[in-house]
Amino acid sequence: MEFMKQYWAPLVCGLAIVAVLPLIVGYVVLVERKIMADMQARLGPMRVGPHGLLQPIADAVKLLIKEDIIPDDADKLVFWLAPVLSVGAALLAMAGLAIGPAFQIAQDINVGILFVVGVSAMGIFGIVLGGWASNSHYSLMGALRSSAQLVSYETAAGMALVCGLLFAGTLNVTSIVEAQRNQGIWFGLLAPVALFTYLVASIAETNRAPFDLPEAESELVAGYMTEFSGFRWSLYFLAEYTNMIVVASVATTLFLGGWLRPFSETRWLNFIDFFPPLLTAVIGVYCLMRTPKQPARVQQLFMLAVAGLCFAVAAVLASPVLVPIAKPSLAAAVRPFYAGIHGGFWFIFKVSAYIYFFMWLRFTLPRYRFDQLMRLGWHFLIPLSIINVLLIGIAMIVGVYYHLNGWRLLLATLPASIMALIIALFILALDQKGEAQKAPSRAPDSYA
Amino acid sequence: MASNTIAGTGEKQQTLLGADELILNMGPQHPSTHGVLRVKLKLDGERVIGSECLIGYLHRGVEKIAENRTYQQFAPYVDRMDYVAAVSNGLGYCEAVEKLLMVEAPPRARVIRTILTELQRIASHLLWLGTHALDIGALTPLFYCFREREEILKIFEKYCGARLTTHAFRIGGLQYEAHDTLEKDVERFCKAFEPRIKDYEDLLTQNRIWLGRTKGVGILQAADAIALGATGPVLRASGVKWDIRKAMPYAAYDQYKFEIPVGATGDTYDRYMVRMEEMRQSRLICLQAIENIPAGPIMAKVGKVLKPPPGEVYHSIEAPKGELGYYVISDGTVQPYRVRIRPPSFVNLQSFDHMVKGHLVADVVAIIGTLDIVLGEVDR
Repeated sequence: MEFMKQYWAPLVCGLAIVAVLPLIVGYVVLVERKIMADMQARLGPMRVGPHGLLQPIADAVKLLIKEDIIPDDADKLVFWLAPVLSVGAALLAMAGLAIGPAFQIAQDINVGILFVVGVSAMGIFGIVLGGWASNSHYSLMGALRSSAQLVSYETAAGMALVCGLLFAGTLNVTSIVEAQRNQGIWFGLLAPVALFTYLVASIAETNRAPFDLPEAESELVAGYMTEFSGFRWSLYFLAEYTNMIVVASVATTLFLGGWLRPFSETRWLNFIDFFPPLLTAVIGVYCLMRTPKQPARVQQLFMLAVAGLCFAVAAVLASPVLVPIAKPSLAAAVRPFYAGIHGGFWFIFKVSAYIYFFMWLRFTLPRYRFDQLMRLGWHFLIPLSIINVLLIGIAMIVGVYYHLNGWRLLLATLPASIMALIIALFILALDQKGEAQKAPSRAPDSYA
Repeated sequence: MASNTIAGTGEKQQTLLGADELILNMGPQHPSTHGVLRVKLKLDGERVIGSECLIGYLHRGVEKIAENRTYQQFAPYVDRMDYVAAVSNGLGYCEAVEKLLMVEAPPRARVIRTILTELQRIASHLLWLGTHALDIGALTPLFYCFREREEILKIFEKYCGARLTTHAFRIGGLQYEAHDTLEKDVERFCKAFEPRIKDYEDLLTQNRIWLGRTKGVGILQAADAIALGATGPVLRASGVKWDIRKAMPYAAYDQYKFEIPVGATGDTYDRYMVRMEEMRQSRLICLQAIENIPAGPIMAKVGKVLKPPPGEVYHSIEAPKGELGYYVISDGTVQPYRVRIRPPSFVNLQSFDHMVKGHLVADVVAIIGTLDIVLGEVDR
């Protein structure tokens, strides 16, 4: 049994991800629509289930039973293969991520982060091939934009990741988080400029607004997805949102302390442990309060069920915190549960916050034009990230020389970050000056 | 180097790497051609080297219909041209026929007409702002704009029962007396509207991406604008201070104080700023107008059957999109001999090719948006 475990455990986890992820993605979409509605002074989905809670399921069913159309002039094989490639790459990247210290499919890959970044970048093949195979101009242009965008921004993202890896000294996902626990500080605080560059680059990589040019609705109809419909389209959709989760997870792991609680090594801040159960309990109470206001009986029951679910989760989250207080003798036994359950909560919480930021930007900012996007990438982000890596590297040498670690490492990295920031502002000012000089001329080259 | 000839101009254009140019058919079903405009784009990579607008997908023969209807019967049809500014269309037609009949609407009717027309201008500009921002990728302003537009449509609904194709005015004046709360409703809207414009400006005016997408895009020099016959905000953004409300006052515009905003460079950003300022000015006109609505009749003395003396008349008004002109010929019967309509959208669209050359595909949608065309009016 023990011998077989290395085979069946990843298989079960993998199946769980493949089975559950579409559902999660569906609910991410619902949450996005609700956030969008909130920002735009409207309600969003309200019809299917209370507050539209069953909308993702209705959407999924609709997509599955839609007619499957392959255009006559499309390259059938590639058309068939492309969305599968995209979604396959995205799901495979999930395998390298650790949601908690215990939950990881591909346990202890020594090139963890590199594997995740590499595999998720493979998804671009699906987009390029899909855009090409559709035999439509919009699709082709979307695909071209997407590939150019990925190439430009992957560089900046990679450089930003290098900063984090410099602190961690390892590529292994679990060890990176452990390194942050040992340092007692998140790497995102040590290298805020790297976190910022990664944030911008990851938005561009996942084709989200304001960098959603490959699928810019008002320009290219739907970009590379224009000719796809029904299930194939939903595969692309799944891939896009999975990629979002992947980049958010990478950022969380490397910069935001993974599954660690904020200030995990500071004893007197242990009360933060009460935050997860309290949050879920408050959501449960809110659902309970809204129950009598639901118009239909079945909706009231559903709302009660949601409230019950929230309370159950709250109870589970509360148990590792409350049990040691009630019975100190059980403290040791509860310890591993704490790491697993609260680790999972914090990881998901941070990933959600990161994705919320994506959504917030999407509903606030207009879209970049293609040449502006390229200029931002090549003239600003890439130089900034390279300079930042150099400065952080120097700061690390200084840190090692003076035996700085933990919060004291900030003494070395903070000046480095500030210098990088000043250089960034300088680059921006230079760029703007250049822009002002040639402002009345024609628009610059698209693929320069 | 491959060289190709642009249709119509005979001008030789060369692509960047000698590659074949790409012909992209944008529309008539495309999210941002504002209806059924079809644009054929000749592209080098993503750069536009030539364009051709194909129109007529919404042609309903409005001008021909006019010849088979009486003067009153034709009035509702004009609402369907620029269907987001139906009140303005109706005003232009009614005043043209009044000119032909040599009657004048009573003062009370003229003031109420002015109020409703200015509200319509705000509504039309709001719709423009929302869709223009949406074309450039900002999703949220659309919903804020619709929220405010809804308030205006509610006022219309209270006044005449319809929201979109209102048929608010009649030849000779108004059919309906203003409802009791008209002044209060308009005042409440105007009070609430001031901070709302600031909200939109907060979202867009200083936004780096917005500036990048609109500054220097689709420049129309003043001389070109005049030569191409552009009117309305498109002309004014190029720096020409021409507004029919001031130049040839109609309705009750000569009684109110307002500014004509003009731009400097004639790019998309200037057109944006001009329209934003126009909304503020329209709000001021409304506030001035509700202060003193004269009492009296709302309908001039016109007969049940309108038989204008033989003759012809051209009357134009400043519609939200530009100069909206009606050229009406009467042969002395109850039906007009000919009604020729000068739609601002159609004429402004002619500068599209001039503005779009050398820009990228993304700018094409920005330029379509900034021209503020309504295809119902382009095709008629």
